[in-house]
Order: sequence, then C-alpha cells, then structure tokens
Amino acid sequence: MENYLTLFETYDVPAAFWANIQLTFWAAIWATLLGTLLALFRISPIASLQFVGAAYVNIFRNTPLTIIIAFGVLGLFGQLQVSLTDDFNLNFFRLAILGLSLYHAAFVCEAIRSGVNTVPLGQAEAARAIGLSFLPAARLIILPQAFRGAIAPLGNVLIALIKNSTVAAAGSVAIEASSLMKTMIEFRGDLVIPIFLTFALGFVIIVIPVGLLTTWASRKLAVAR
Amino acid sequence: MRKTRYAAAAIAAAAALTLSACGGGDSGGETTGGGETEAAGETVRIGIKFDQPGLGFDEGGSYSGFDVDVAKYVANELGYAEDQIEFVEAPSANRENLLSNGQVDMIFATYSITDARKETVAFAGPYFVAGQDLLVRADDDSISGPEDLEGKNLCSVTGSTSAQKIKDNYPGVNLVEQPGYAECVSLMAGGGIDAATTDDIILAGLAAQESNAGQFKVVGAPFSEEKYGVGLPQDNTTCEAINEAITKMIEEGAWEEAITANTEGADYTYNDELNPPTPDDCA
Repeated sequence: MENYLTLFETYDVPAAFWANIQLTFWAAIWATLLGTLLALFRISPIASLQFVGAAYVNIFRNTPLTIIIAFGVLGLFGQLQVSLTDDFNLNFFRLAILGLSLYHAAFVCEAIRSGVNTVPLGQAEAARAIGLSFLPAARLIILPQAFRGAIAPLGNVLIALIKNSTVAAAGSVAIEASSLMKTMIEFRGDLVIPIFLTFALGFVIIVIPVGLLTTWASRKLAVAR
Repeated sequence: MRKTRYAAAAIAAAAALTLSACGGGDSGGETTGGGETEAAGETVRIGIKFDQPGLGFDEGGSYSGFDVDVAKYVANELGYAEDQIEFVEAPSANRENLLSNGQVDMIFATYSITDARKETVAFAGPYFVAGQDLLVRADDDSISGPEDLEGKNLCSVTGSTSAQKIKDNYPGVNLVEQPGYAECVSLMAGGGIDAATTDDIILAGLAAQESNAGQFKVVGAPFSEEKYGVGLPQDNTTCEAINEAITKMIEEGAWEEAITANTEGADYTYNDELNPPTPDDCA
C-alpha cells in the first residue's frame, strides 16, 4: 500500500487526466459545430450537400480513430510539415484535437439526425406554411427540438470521446492518461495491476457523472408530445 | 431497491467471470522443474518480443534476432531441443504478469534489470549491456550525441525508459512520442524528425532491416547502461544454470556470432567496455 502511494508522489496522475479533459473539451466543441453543419447538409433539400454529408459520415465513421490520429503525426506533421502553432508540443495537442473532432463530428451528425427524426413531420410543414425557407425552419423549428431529442445519443458520443481521448497517445500527446500509464508500468512493473485499476477508476469517475447528467437532461428537456 | 440488488448481482457475476478468466492461465504451469528432472520431453515457454527486428522478431512462424538466439542457446544448455521451445509474445507491459502467473518460464525480451522489477520477478544474466543511443540519417553528421539535439526533433516510444531519460536530462529537445519505433523510422525517413532514440542494439536492429538498409546509422555514443537480463519467476530453480549457459555461450564465441549476424548491415559495434558481461550472482 505504501508502495502504491509513492506512485502519486512520483507521477502527477490528476494532471494526466486533466489533459484528457482538455482534449475532450476542445474536441467536443469542434465536433459539435462540424457535426451540426453535417447534419444540416444531410437533411437539406440540396442533393449535392446531402451527398457531401453522407460521404463525410461514412468515411470518418468507418475509419479507425487510431489511423486518423496517426495520420495527424505521420502525414500532416511528418510529410506535409503542417504546423498549427510554433510550440512543438502544443502542435501535437492541436493535431490530436483536430483528429478527435473530425472523427466524432460524424457521430455527432448521426446523433442529431436521430434527434431530427423525433420531430414530427407536421412541424416542418407548419414551418413551411408560415413562409420559412429551409435554413430559418431548421434554425428556429427543427434543430432546437432535434437537439432536445438527441441529448441521450449526444451524451453517448461525449462519453466515447472522453475515453477515445486516450488515443491521442498515438499522436504524440505524451501528457495524457494512457501515456502516463505506460510510463508508470515501464518503471513500476511491480505494481502493474494497481496502476491499471487506478486509471480505469479515473475514467469511471469522469464518465459516470456525464452519463447521469445526460440521462437527467434528456428526461428533463424532452419535448412533451 | 430491487434495481440495486440486480445491479449488485450483475457486478458480482461479472467479477466472478473476470477473476476465473485470470485464473485460467496456470493450468499449464510448472513445466520447468529445473535440476535433474528437466526437459523430459516437455516444452519450455520463452517470452520474446515479436516486433523488434534484430532482437525478437516474428517472421511468420519462425523467430529471429539476438534475444531469440541467446534464448535458443540457453534452452539447449538446459536440455531442451529446439522443437521443445515454445515462443510466446511478451510485450513490455505484460512481462511481469506473464512470469508471476506462470504463463512463461523465462523471458528474453530486451528486459532491463531494475530494482523495481526485482520486487516481482527474478533475473539471470545480464547477457548483454545495451546503452541508450541515437539513430540518425546516414548522411547526417551534425549529431554526435544527445548534447547536439538542442532544438532538434527526436522520436522515441511512448512511456519508454528512453523517452523519460530525455525528458529528465535534455529538456531542450523536441520529443515526439510514438507507439513504436517503426513509426519513428518512417517519420525520420519523411524528414519530420532528426533522430530516434532507444537502446543501441534495438536501433542497430532497425537500421539493419532490409527496407531501411543504408538509410540510417547508429551514432555510437551510448549515454546510459541497460543490463538485459533473463526474466524468471521468483521461485525459479534455473537461474544458476542459465548463468552458466550464458557464460559458456560467451566463451564459445556463439554470443559474438549472434550479435554480428543480427546487426549485419547496420555499421554497429557494441560497447566493448561493458560487453560481453559477466552474469550477476543469483539472489
């Protein structure tokens, strides 16, 4: 037990989880923006936009996240010398956020589309009847109701994103939790199982409140019909 | 209330399943009795790396590398013929567990002897003393040691001892941490980074790979000391015999041959101040 406690003096475990939370925070914002745009594409009346939305979702949803993140380093940084900032380490952090956002935008898009399906057709017809064209109708009538119906699936995407933020390790973000876990296992092979359980527990502690919150919110905010 | 009880039951059931799955490993244990009764038609399970060219590498069913050659020699000395050896993959993070659960009998997998590891496993050897070194492009003469890396981009593997050493001692280096050395090498070929770092013999193995031949060189200025030992369970009886086998291998010249054969084409010479090593006493 004493042995175990010395781990926390040597390694800053909360800081590693904080890095995952930061990755999740920024990726969630960008994924929500991009995902909403894609959902608009997919429900729009313009065939070419529908195609773009569907193509994006199918490509990114079916590409393993590890490959997207590894491409950020091996392709964007290694081959194309893409730099999102002058700070060497921050660059990888941002590339990882980019990869996480692109990937999860596909899932956000589908979650919102499932929310759109909860909005009765009559709502869209009524919006048309009072003279709203597609964008105002989507902005004022459809999307607000869709978001309220999509809270549970969006919460699931967020939970997946929190855990997937560990894949940033493949993108040279070495300050996050799974990288620190690797370091700790390398140096403290005598405590492999306790180290593993510590990180598993850490994620459970972060994820459970998110699950509870979204379940509560999805009930509270559901549109009564 | 009822809901909670179901949840508790479900958790208990899941825990029971997980625990019984863990316990399943030792059914085949206790192969090496060691001593006089050894190797009567039994097999020995040896943990090696499967993904490290020049040390332990899976070539589609057969295995090559320096670790593998030493393992074969030692197993042979212990009385096991080559067809009695069963090679098992031993990734870095699993090595201690494989030994303490009895899933392997010994491990030859670039396994550095450290005090923390001695808490849970025993070591025979060392059979090689490696040192952290740098791999650079063959035409790059600007880097002759870690001091020259200030402001340059260096690649290592996430969570490795080598990566930690750079972070602690050379904070001015831009460190890229990748899941494996293969990624480091491809980054270096693309020009994104200037050097890769880990133990010299691992770098030599990478540089000696056919696809990389002639592209990279090992700098040859090791700045750490990693004693590669043979990982054993703590209750082993084979440690002395393994040490004798290692000593014999070195005296016979088979050790030297194995190193030369596995780093051919990499322009690599091992650190001859520390090699060949004398095995430590068994605790």
